[in-house]
Amino acid sequence: MDWVANLGQQVIRSVSRMGAAALFFLQAVVGAVKCLPRFHLVIQQLYSIGVLTMLIILVSGLFVGMVLGLQGYYQLVNFSAESSLGLVVALFLVRELGPVLSALLFAGRAGSALTAEIGLMKATEQISAMEMMAVDPMQRVIGPRLIAGIIAMPLLAAMMSAVGVIGGYLIGHVQFGVDSGVYWSSMQSGVDLYDDILNGVIKSVVFGFIVTWVALFEGYNATPTSEGVSRATTRTVVTSSLAVLGVDFILTALMFGGL
Amino acid sequence: MIIPRGKVTVIMGPSGCGKSTLLGFFGGRLLPQKGSVKFDGQPVPRKRGVALYKMRRNMGMLFQSSALLTDLSVYENVAFPLREQTDLPEQIIRILVLMKLEMVGLRGARDMLPSSLSGGMARRVALARAIVLDPAMIMYDEPFVGLDPISMGVILKLIRELNDTLGLTSVVVTHDIHEGCAIADYIYLLGGGKVTGHGTPDQMLNSDHAEVRQFMKGQPDGPVHFHYPADEYLADLGRVD
Amino acid sequence: MQSRTIETWVGIFMLLGIAALAVLAFKVSGSAGTDGNVYRIAARFENVGGLNEKAPVMIGGVRVGRVARISMDKEDYSAVVEMDIEQKYDNLPSDSGASILTSGLLGAQFVGLDPGAEDMFLEHGDELEITQSAIQLETLISQFMFSQGSSRDNTDKAE
Repeated sequence: MDWVANLGQQVIRSVSRMGAAALFFLQAVVGAVKCLPRFHLVIQQLYSIGVLTMLIILVSGLFVGMVLGLQGYYQLVNFSAESSLGLVVALFLVRELGPVLSALLFAGRAGSALTAEIGLMKATEQISAMEMMAVDPMQRVIGPRLIAGIIAMPLLAAMMSAVGVIGGYLIGHVQFGVDSGVYWSSMQSGVDLYDDILNGVIKSVVFGFIVTWVALFEGYNATPTSEGVSRATTRTVVTSSLAVLGVDFILTALMFGGL
Repeated sequence: MIIPRGKVTVIMGPSGCGKSTLLGFFGGRLLPQKGSVKFDGQPVPRKRGVALYKMRRNMGMLFQSSALLTDLSVYENVAFPLREQTDLPEQIIRILVLMKLEMVGLRGARDMLPSSLSGGMARRVALARAIVLDPAMIMYDEPFVGLDPISMGVILKLIRELNDTLGLTSVVVTHDIHEGCAIADYIYLLGGGKVTGHGTPDQMLNSDHAEVRQFMKGQPDGPVHFHYPADEYLADLGRVD
Repeated sequence: MQSRTIETWVGIFMLLGIAALAVLAFKVSGSAGTDGNVYRIAARFENVGGLNEKAPVMIGGVRVGRVARISMDKEDYSAVVEMDIEQKYDNLPSDSGASILTSGLLGAQFVGLDPGAEDMFLEHGDELEITQSAIQLETLISQFMFSQGSSRDNTDKAE
């Protein structure tokens, strides 16, 4: 019957960890608000989080859009509906693939880097040093990174969707000869600013919150050894990816289920 | 345990006896389960807040890993407490930073990044940073670990000189007997969670106390046993698994 | 890294992001340009077929507006289609007709307006009297098969 006790222990540990994560979230938000007067800290983080993730987002967006164009065409041509290719590519990207894929890539690239950075700062006692110098690490270290993540995520998602639509156009028009006017007009007739694009943006903001929060929490609570930091990095990618996919389902059901 | 003002107090003990934890208590980073900590007659606040931060302004701390902020230059690292804690104009900050760097002998290295510093140099920069706000007390967490003899001599000289010229109170945590006794005015020895002995370096070196003797003379076996607790030797050898 | 360089790159990043959002808002979605100056008219149909909201409203193949809302009248069970017509097309005669047409053979459905001859023009809140419901493909086919069957019967009888 040992496994019952073990299970119980695991559950208790997970619950207490979730509680710690929630507390951390509140402290991070307070720190984020307090750091706003010193916006140059945020700009610094926007560089390491946003700018350095931009390239992988753009390249992936192009490929995803092209694949959507390919697959979409193969399916639609069976129903002589290839004129709707633009609509299909755009809707898939703006509603789902743009926010979700860019969140997953963000978690892998920026999230893991954040965790490693914070974990290393903790391991080399920089956080303790800041505390001893009466500097609130939530305000100086964690807050700016949280804000940068929330700003960067929707921009990256928009970039992926935009580039993906162009990628779909490249395949559809250049490869399969779908008329360019038809491509764009079918898209424009079916994609709504508020229902589709705004919802996509809302999704990506939520995802930005989640990924950055998980990354910062894991880094902050990592065991201060190199092994501990690397394990925390893995946990960041896994946890935030699963969380993004789960929340995506909930948000999609809420936003688009009613339509 | 009483840390006298203006003197160098060295806290020694075997690894894992809680010396660094003590420094955590002094600075309010850790909360003791029993007992109390008083700094300059005032109890150390248990909760983070303005009172604790104010008290910490009077404490400088040198961490074992130097804990320099990796994305800032040497100059910026030393200037950090000034920028965060005070509203001093740039010119005054510059003078203060250069003065402290001069004291530790690194004024010429001001634009280097922490990643390009040797261990000894990093520790000196951290020391400059710790004294930049002119605190009343400085805590050193294992300052002698991993230093070559020259850097060791430099740190020893700095700890003693800074204490005397600036009128600081220094608390040094270490397990180097030779270096500890060289700079100490007073020594506390920890073991098994308690103070096992205290006194001046001379008193400690000539002590009759078994635990103190074992540590100060570096004897491999004594009150701190050589063998980790295990089953009877012959029985363990003869056991057939 | 110099802070100047960092700021420049962050600026580029923000610009690209906002540009992407703008592309999405204006080129991908269909809302820009039509929202704002529109007036709403309605038309009742027996059957709207596969007409969707946001489907185009066309005159002679030129898009003049969009379907805003499709609902059912609880009183007489007819389908009510509300359309937003762009303000610049303010000279639609009040006896114009609306039909639900299909673009191509199997394409998306839209509302086609047939201008009438009256001097009075449609204004916000007006309703079109003349409507033509969507043509159901199944109905067409069954009619065709039925007429085929009956003509064969007739031919048999004639012999």
